[in-house]
Amino acid sequence: MQLTKTRSIAQALAGATCTLLGTLIHAGTPGSWDVDTAILYYGEDGGRVQALEPVIGITGYFADDAQLNAKLTIDTLTGASPNGATPSSQPQTFTRPSGKGGYTIEPNTAPLDDTFKDTRAAVNVAWAAPINNDWRYSSGINISAEHDYFSGGLSGTITRYLNEKNTELTLGVAASSDTIKPEGGKPKALSRIPDSRVANFQQVYDASRTEDGDSKTLLDGLIGITQVINNRTIMQLNYSLSTSSGYLTDPYKILSVIDHNSGENYLDGASRAIYIYEQRPDSRTKHALFWQTKYMLKNGDVLDGSYRLMSDDWGITSNTIDLKYHWQLDHAYLEPHLRYYTQSAADFYRRFVWDTDYNNGAQTLILSNASADYRLGDLTGTTLGIKYARQFNQQEFSVRAEYFVQSNSGEQGFGALTQQDLYPDTKAVMFTLGYSF
Amino acid sequence: MRITLSLTLLASFLLAGCSQLGVKAYERGLLAKESMLLTSDPIEAGLDEHIYFSKEASSGGRGFGGGGCGCN
Repeated sequence: MQLTKTRSIAQALAGATCTLLGTLIHAGTPGSWDVDTAILYYGEDGGRVQALEPVIGITGYFADDAQLNAKLTIDTLTGASPNGATPSSQPQTFTRPSGKGGYTIEPNTAPLDDTFKDTRAAVNVAWAAPINNDWRYSSGINISAEHDYFSGGLSGTITRYLNEKNTELTLGVAASSDTIKPEGGKPKALSRIPDSRVANFQQVYDASRTEDGDSKTLLDGLIGITQVINNRTIMQLNYSLSTSSGYLTDPYKILSVIDHNSGENYLDGASRAIYIYEQRPDSRTKHALFWQTKYMLKNGDVLDGSYRLMSDDWGITSNTIDLKYHWQLDHAYLEPHLRYYTQSAADFYRRFVWDTDYNNGAQTLILSNASADYRLGDLTGTTLGIKYARQFNQQEFSVRAEYFVQSNSGEQGFGALTQQDLYPDTKAVMFTLGYSF
Repeated sequence: MRITLSLTLLASFLLAGCSQLGVKAYERGLLAKESMLLTSDPIEAGLDEHIYFSKEASSGGRGFGGGGCGCN
C-alpha cells in the first residue's frame, strides 16, 4: 500500500461485504500494485471457538483510474460451540451431528459440541472503473468453500457523481447461491435426535435424515449517498434490503425438551433425555439503515462514528454503534475502538421447548419453527480495542488487540431449570497483525 | 407505493440540501488523507464483518449483508 494513495471502491468491494464508498478516488500509478496482508487470531474463553484467519489482498492500478483487486482469505476454526441444549443437573449424552458416536456433558455445564472444526477458503475478485467523468461502476465475484458449505456470488455497483463530486449516489445489487451438505445429511426439522445408545441406532439415525443437503439464495439491494460536508467532514447514509430464501436452518443446532412439571429434561421410556433438531423459516427479509461520519480535528486526529439500524421479518431489531478515534502521531497512529451492539430475539427463538410443545413428536402448530441458537436471542455485545500502526518507506505495519463480550438474556424456565445458567456470556480476545507494502 | 413516494421525497430533499454542501477541488487536501476514508482499512473491515456475521443476527449496512459462509 502506498500511503499517499486513497483506497478505492475496488478494495472495499473485495471485503467480506461491499462498501459503497467511492468518494475521492485517487488512482494509483498505472502499472503499480499494492499488497495488503493480515492475520487474525480470535479466541473465546472456556475452550470455545478458536479461529486463525490469514488474508492477502492485491490491488492493481491501470489507466483511466481502473482498478483490479483480488483477495484470498483462509479461515481455520477449532474448539467447541454451544449446541443449543440447556445445561442440566444430570450428565447429558448427545449424538454427534455425523451420527458417529456421542459425547457426554458433565452436570451443570453448558453443552458444547467439541467436534466443531472447519477450514474455509474464500476468494473475492473485484474490478472498478469509470464510465465517464460522472459515472463509475464496479463488479465483483465471491467464492467461499468449506467441507460442508459452498457459496458463489456476484455483485455490482454503479455510482453517479454530483455537485462537483461532493455528492455520490450509488446503487448496488448482489446475488449469491449457497449450498450446504451437513455432516450425516440434512436432519428432519423438529424431529427427535436419535440417541446413540439405542440398539438400532443406525437405522433410526438414517430415518432422521431426509436428503444429503439443501441450498439458499440471497439477493441484496443497496442505495447510498456519500456527501462531503466541508473540508474536514464526510458523511454516508445507506439503505439496504436483503432477502434470503431456502434452507436457513442450522442443521447442527438442537433444542432441549423440558418437563413442565419439574423443569428437568423430559425423558423417554428408557429415561433418556429428548432433544430435537431446530427449524427456522425458509425466508428472511432484512432492512438496514447505515450512517457514518468522519470528522478531522484541527490537530489531524479523526473522529469516526457510525450507527446501523437493522430490522427483519423474523422479529429481530438491532442497533450497532461503532466509534473510533484516530490519534495521528509522527508516521504512526493509535486508534482506540468501541463497538456496542444490541438485538432483540427472533420470534421463534426458544431457549428450550416444553414437553407439551413436543407432544411426543407429533409437533403442534406452535412448533412450526424453533431455534435455541443464542445468536437469535436477546443479546448485547461490546468490543473494546486499540490499534497501533507505524508507517515507513511506503510500508505499514499494524497491530490490534480487542476484547469482545456478548451477553444473552431470556426466559429462565421453571423448577430445576432455574438453577442453571441458561445464558452464559461469550468472551473473546482478538489480535490482528497487518502488513502492507 | 407510499414508501416509494416517501423515499423519493426524502431523496429529493437530501439532494437539494447536498447541493449547498461540499468543497472546491483545491480544498480537498484533508479529505484526501487515508485516515479520512470511510473504510480506511478494508482488510480489517472484512475480518470484523466476518466475526460479527458469525456471532450476531445482523450483517451488512455498510455494504451488502450477503452470506458466504456456513457460520450463520
